[in-house]
Amino acid sequence: MSEENQVEEQPKPLVLGKLEANYADALLAQDESRGTVVVVIRKERAYAVLEYLKTDPELAYTFLVDVTAVDNSQMESELMQFDYARFMVVYQLYSYQGQCRLRVKVPMPENDLSIASVTALWQGANWLERETYDMFGITFDGHPDLRRILMPDDFEGHPLRKDYPLRGRGERERFNFDKQNV
Amino acid sequence: MQGGLERATGEKMVLNFGPQHPATHGTLRIVLELDGESVLKATPHAGYLHTGFEKLGEHLDYNQYIVVTDRMNYLSPLSNNFGYVLAVEQLLGIEVTKRCQYIRILMAELSRLADHLLWLGTAALDLGAFSVFLYSFREREKLYSIFEKTTGARLTTSYTRVGGVLRDLYDGCEADVRQFVDNFPKALKETHTLLTKNRIWMDRTKGVGPISADAAVNYGLTGPCLRAAGVAHDIRKAEPYSSYHEVNFDVPVGTNGDAYDRYLVRMEEMIQSCGIVTQVLDNIPDGPVNVEDNKITMPNKSDAYGHIEGLIHHFKVVMDGHGVQPPKGDHYCATESPNGELGFYIVSDGSGTAYRIRIRPPSFFHFQALPHMLEGGMVSDTVAVLGSLNVIAGELDR
Repeated sequence: MSEENQVEEQPKPLVLGKLEANYADALLAQDESRGTVVVVIRKERAYAVLEYLKTDPELAYTFLVDVTAVDNSQMESELMQFDYARFMVVYQLYSYQGQCRLRVKVPMPENDLSIASVTALWQGANWLERETYDMFGITFDGHPDLRRILMPDDFEGHPLRKDYPLRGRGERERFNFDKQNV
Repeated sequence: MQGGLERATGEKMVLNFGPQHPATHGTLRIVLELDGESVLKATPHAGYLHTGFEKLGEHLDYNQYIVVTDRMNYLSPLSNNFGYVLAVEQLLGIEVTKRCQYIRILMAELSRLADHLLWLGTAALDLGAFSVFLYSFREREKLYSIFEKTTGARLTTSYTRVGGVLRDLYDGCEADVRQFVDNFPKALKETHTLLTKNRIWMDRTKGVGPISADAAVNYGLTGPCLRAAGVAHDIRKAEPYSSYHEVNFDVPVGTNGDAYDRYLVRMEEMIQSCGIVTQVLDNIPDGPVNVEDNKITMPNKSDAYGHIEGLIHHFKVVMDGHGVQPPKGDHYCATESPNGELGFYIVSDGSGTAYRIRIRPPSFFHFQALPHMLEGGMVSDTVAVLGSLNVIAGELDR
């Protein structure tokens, strides 16, 4: 968003102002997309920012709607934007008090796929982080029980990564499909 | 409950509940650690119905994926269809016609009724109230006849399209729906007389599986389970989507967050849904049901057969890489499905297929919070609590 546009638009949302004042070092990017504020946060500061968003009495994002990830390895434009970090962990938050949503994104470089768990802040994060681990192989430090949740325990690979084939790996690959019917 | 714990001998027994137990309503599994009849620890396991819906979304185009949404919460596929296309339309930045919005609300509220009715029947059946099951399925059958006539299918409705719906309502739909909503409150009253002041029903559900408002928010509960805990939040009110800002309804709220309150909240929601349906029928405008943008919706069949432009548009919409192509970006859209907040997070790379589709299913959170409601209770309450949450394996495991 260019600076000229910002002047013409409505006043800046409260959350952006507060984050800029308190966590300027953690903020990589900010945007407003279709009525939702989107902030991109540095991985090392993610826990501190999420804790602040939840506990600050004016913001009170007490409802963790969702935690998931996106594998950007086939989206060049996104990769370039954040230093070729392959994954993006996405938190959706909602504030009952302010009745507004917030999307927090955290870029994750492929050589260090671990991020602090937020289970201490939201108990609902437990299974969400397990699913993200299961599907993408991102580990959450401090998670009480980081096991696979949807796939079997002995499953190998992470199905929602872009390099994982739709048909699967292992015994499924050896089925003889008639190429014409595939 | 406390008495059970005091008499405990200290010997633990592990009971495997599911995934093939008649009261699990699908492939759910809970491992219970028991001391006598008291539940010391409950560990729910998910994933038995994992079907890779999110992976499929990266390989199907936007209209093809509607078929997959039917299979998420299979008690109310019309609500899923609605929530999904709304997310795609918001990503596209288009608004559907007024008539289409009203039709979608009508169908979403009827499917809320169907969902709650099936929940009511099976939850009561789990606790031995067989008649309630028959009463609620009698009403649900009428709704399914309406769905069948409207969409062509009873379960896999696939009724919505990006930019509209499959087809307009059939002739006589209004009369059928009016007849249903006129009779329904009377039919529901029969269930009230069977359950609401029933001594057995109250003993089995009052104070059973309680959750406080704070804990419910912390666990991410939504929908009737959250409202039963005392949080008056409904996405239809807080962030009105489609034409929900034009209808009046109340949001019922409980106080104790137990199985009985979840029952009462759902019962009242059904009455409110009837009210919404009546308002929609009173005010539904005439007009087209699809947006008039041939890049998004199919042309009329007569145009496709009779005019070259129509034929080209038809061809373009169905051809891979020519149909619906939202601009690059991501969007999260939440709707109030019968079970709670159903969210679709779609990342588009500008092509005809989503780069990533994430589904935020309400049941995932309800099932996760189950130990909080079970531990310290009796083993027989497991069935009552699980029934009161209405966990649907299709959307839990996706």
